[in-house]
Amino acid sequence: MEAGQATAPRQSAQRLPSWLAGLLPLVVLGAAIAIFVALDAPGLQRNGVPIEEIAVEKTVLRPGEIELAVRNDGPDAVQISQVTVNDAFTAFTQTGDEIGRLGASTVTVDYPWIEGQAYEVALVTATGGTTATAIDVAAETPETGAGFLGLMALVGIYVGVIPVAIGMLWLPWIRGIDPRYVQFLLALTVGLLAFLGVDALLEGTDFAAQGSQAFGGAALVYLGAAVAYLALVGIDGKLRGRTQRERDAMDSASLLNPSEGAGTGAWRLAFLVALGIGLHNLGEGLAIGSSYAIGSLALGATLIVGFALHNTTEGLAIIAPVARGEGGEMGGGMRLRRLVGLGLLAGLPAVLGAWIGASAFNPSLAAFMFGLGAGAIAQVIVQIAPSVRDSAGRLLHPLAVSGLIAGVGLMYATGLLVSL
Amino acid sequence: MKFGEDKISRRKLLGTAAGATAALPLLHESLPHQGVHDQFARAAGEEHGGGGAASAAHKGAGHRGTVGRVDPRVNGFDPQEILRDYDRGKVVRDGGRAVREFELVAEDREIEVAPGVKFAAWTYNGRVPGPTLRATEGERVRIKFVNGSKHPHTIHFHGIHRDLSDGIPGVGVGNIEPGGSTVYEFEAFPFGLHLYHCHSTPLAEHIAKGLYGAFIIDPKKGRPEADELVMVMNGFDTNFDLANEIYAVNTVAFAYHDQPIQVKRGQLVRIYLVNILEFDLLNSFHTHANFFDYYPTGTKLEPRDFTDTVILGQGERGILELRFPYTGKYMFHAHVSEFADLGWMGFFEVTD
Repeated sequence: MEAGQATAPRQSAQRLPSWLAGLLPLVVLGAAIAIFVALDAPGLQRNGVPIEEIAVEKTVLRPGEIELAVRNDGPDAVQISQVTVNDAFTAFTQTGDEIGRLGASTVTVDYPWIEGQAYEVALVTATGGTTATAIDVAAETPETGAGFLGLMALVGIYVGVIPVAIGMLWLPWIRGIDPRYVQFLLALTVGLLAFLGVDALLEGTDFAAQGSQAFGGAALVYLGAAVAYLALVGIDGKLRGRTQRERDAMDSASLLNPSEGAGTGAWRLAFLVALGIGLHNLGEGLAIGSSYAIGSLALGATLIVGFALHNTTEGLAIIAPVARGEGGEMGGGMRLRRLVGLGLLAGLPAVLGAWIGASAFNPSLAAFMFGLGAGAIAQVIVQIAPSVRDSAGRLLHPLAVSGLIAGVGLMYATGLLVSL
Repeated sequence: MKFGEDKISRRKLLGTAAGATAALPLLHESLPHQGVHDQFARAAGEEHGGGGAASAAHKGAGHRGTVGRVDPRVNGFDPQEILRDYDRGKVVRDGGRAVREFELVAEDREIEVAPGVKFAAWTYNGRVPGPTLRATEGERVRIKFVNGSKHPHTIHFHGIHRDLSDGIPGVGVGNIEPGGSTVYEFEAFPFGLHLYHCHSTPLAEHIAKGLYGAFIIDPKKGRPEADELVMVMNGFDTNFDLANEIYAVNTVAFAYHDQPIQVKRGQLVRIYLVNILEFDLLNSFHTHANFFDYYPTGTKLEPRDFTDTVILGQGERGILELRFPYTGKYMFHAHVSEFADLGWMGFFEVTD
């Protein structure tokens, strides 16, 4: 009897193609939802009045005009009926009359704003609710043409590529120093990265608070962090696997493939550090680009110099893992190309970020990208940590602790320059 | 600004990027008001002076004010009609004495206070302001009140009368519960321009939601023949922040701006002006290119002042008399300029 009962379901399952059996619950779910909606949620009654939540994702100022990118953040449709600027009703147009859940609309307000003044634009909905957005310092938003993208690329190169490259020039020096101090430098790198990771988390959380909460808000930062962390674990695992299989193979055509040759462990680490820093610089470029696009950032020499000093330390972080002279059997040209590749990997995303930030900024996207940076950095720290251990296997030995503190301190100190 | 100053954030240090794009769910009254007013004043100056960023383009010079129109047929009442609509009640004989009878029904009703902006109002007879009740000094006045609202209400009349007819909770009939009714009765005294409003608590809420109206007691000898207009200056707190988002005369923002009040050149125009604004201490009335005789509360027949601007506190009212010597379009508005920008602005159109 028992055997018969057990085989019966197996037989029926065999009659259905397995992909169809997998789809069955989804089909039933879809039908259930359709019936539920068609019957207008039987047994349930709405309690209370519609909830209106509007997020202003972007503000663009043109002469005589203020444009707001608006998203409906709440569960119910919203209609914007009037607009006030600094407590005065003002003429406006909008792209959509009624904004559905998560729907977007562009509200263009006709207003003779004055450069340098502060404004508050309030959207008045059909129910009389108001959503206010502040323009702290009015300034014309730059047009995102080719010239502007070129400028953003230049800024990205100034604050990302060049400083990282300069920082990597410490390589010959650290190859000559006492190996004990290399441990100190690796600890310093962990300190630098920890600072960047915390910084990315905080910045991401700030952006998340500005963006549409319906997209997840601060959860986007942690989601991004988890995705990047897991992705780097995956990449790392793949690199290690290849190292095993192709230990003797040389693939000199690849610039960034750190899997080949002796001493690949160190290069793999350097690659991951560069990748993590690159993801962080993506977020940093985005912040710079968006700030510049809305006119709140003056690209003065002091700011650029500050960023350059700040990010030079990132170059040091990339080369610290290869300080022990591994990969020495590689040709000088190849080593150089590999270093250049790592530098670009860490620095170039700043350009990409600046472009995105300047042209297609969205706070929720920015939050997610900062999350990616934070997660990548966390993974890199986990990767580097073992190299910091001393001969006794201790992680937080005095030299490592002083390196960590020095790293955080260095980032903090150079970060102050950016505030100027 | 919503971001703490204590966070280590490089982007924040870049400038003020954060605040500029942030959707701050703040109530519009939460910014320091004086600063906002100063900024607007400068902005307006620049606009008229032709300077600043705006003058480079044709944009920004367009019309200020609300977008669209309020349909009076949908709303159930028309500010144009409220101007000259007087409820004189019905005179009945009661024990050999003439009594002027009125009926007011409290009713919850959604009204449109600016194009597309709805307000869950409490009304007398379905309109805001309620009917302009009109009696003559010394008459016996009887007001039947029916509460068709979902909330308890009263009617409190300004005037001189016994406490039992004062229409406040706890005295006389007190609060009239939903579905209930009562009769208030008193002598119309003194002559002048008065008002009536609900006095249930919370008082500010019961008034601000729309339960008020003008109450005119004419002097026995009457006043000179004139084109008489009722203007009840009010405001609406649409987002429950205890501040008005919309200001108006007779409820609809910019109603007389978009559709000017028609008057005749040379004719005496008498304005019964009542300030029932809540949340703001003062309101004002200013005529362009003209002056008026002002009779505070209308209780004396000689004007106190000849001016073009008067300031009225909450519950204050007065009678204005003026003639327009020229044809054309003449603005009138609150000289509290913020109120003007938020709806309290209109025109007289003077024709022969």
